[in-house]
Amino acid sequence: MSDVVVVDYGAGNTRSVCASLAHLGRTSEVTSTPEKITRAPYVILPGVGSARSAMHHLNETGAVAALRQRFADGHQILGICLGMQLALDTSEEDGGVEGIGLVPGIVTRLVADRVPRLGWAIVEPWGDAYYFAHSFAAHSNDVVATSEGVAAALERGSFLGVQFHPEKSGEAGLEFLEQCLSRA
Amino acid sequence: MPLARLIPCLDVANGRVVKGVSFVGLRDVGDPVELAGFYSDGGADELVLLDIAATPDDVATMTSVITKVADVLEIPFTVGGGVRSVDDAARIIESGADRVSLNSAALANPSLITAIADRYGSQAVVVAIDAGDGVVHTHGGRIATSTETVPWAMEASERGAGEILLTSIRQDGKRTGFDLELTSQVRDAISIPVIASGGAGSAQHIVEALRVADAALIASIVHENPMGLPGLRHEIESLGTKLRPMKERA
Repeated sequence: MSDVVVVDYGAGNTRSVCASLAHLGRTSEVTSTPEKITRAPYVILPGVGSARSAMHHLNETGAVAALRQRFADGHQILGICLGMQLALDTSEEDGGVEGIGLVPGIVTRLVADRVPRLGWAIVEPWGDAYYFAHSFAAHSNDVVATSEGVAAALERGSFLGVQFHPEKSGEAGLEFLEQCLSRA
Repeated sequence: MPLARLIPCLDVANGRVVKGVSFVGLRDVGDPVELAGFYSDGGADELVLLDIAATPDDVATMTSVITKVADVLEIPFTVGGGVRSVDDAARIIESGADRVSLNSAALANPSLITAIADRYGSQAVVVAIDAGDGVVHTHGGRIATSTETVPWAMEASERGAGEILLTSIRQDGKRTGFDLELTSQVRDAISIPVIASGGAGSAQHIVEALRVADAALIASIVHENPMGLPGLRHEIESLGTKLRPMKERA
């Protein structure tokens, strides 16, 4: 069994996440098979594509039910960017999309000077800079870190979600991923 | 606003870096994978790989380069050159690139911008504009079109582009500073971020560009001295522009 299951939802680039995991000496498998999601030592819900197609794919493959089961069992899940947003109740993206509902909260279109919000920004209270690329933002009572007033991380039970891309955030990102994996 | 970004641009043809990159500190100066890793370690905030050959024969070679770069890089990178369809974009992104850059294909077929943005999100679509005398140019800046620069930037943004890569043809390769007026005009007209390109010859030039743009594309200034990137970052910061704090490898 791989150290980490990276949940496949049929769009885009999961290569970078797997490359970062390999860099940290972890094996990974990209899959949407429910049994693998519930049983893996660690699960990452990556951040690529659009909310509607992601949820469609996750529902169709049974990954949504598997993620809910895993969360109920208290096993670790890391959501990255869209992967964090999907864990909330609903998103405004694509005309309104129902999320997985692990964490109470909503996702709305980002209001900022420039959208998409692209680039490196300091995350407080952690102090390091991480790479962001997003047009939507999370709102939840479970926010544990912010960046320029935007939710940068949220945590509830065994789910940790980050708006930034640790797999694209250089040394700071690798260090963050290592910390996450050490909780498995 | 996120921190200003420094983005080295590598011109690649047939799997090799072209244009004068100095060999200092590199084992193989022509290897885009080694150079990408080197710039990433030196403090690049992102990279752009431009496939300047982009012939049908070159596709497989470039795809292999993208895959290898994605495996070594822990910063985002954009791939441009020869992106003419959603399938081209899909191949590039699914090989590991974070974003694609569209140029003449977007001009010929603006709906391509929307099609790629719908599939991968706006943040994955950069529209590159080669501008001179108020109009957009194609064919590496050689041919002037009748499309005006600022309205085209606005249209690209409305159609779903997530960033504009704006190159001043007049300044490109001259190393005498960016076209600040052009950059301001474009950035003031849109609400997506803008990468200024063309003219970086000194830290001071980059600082000036970063006052009117969200990022600066740099080429010969780093290629002539790949070891100098950390020093360049330091100089830019000492001139008052805040860049991302680098974290030392543990």
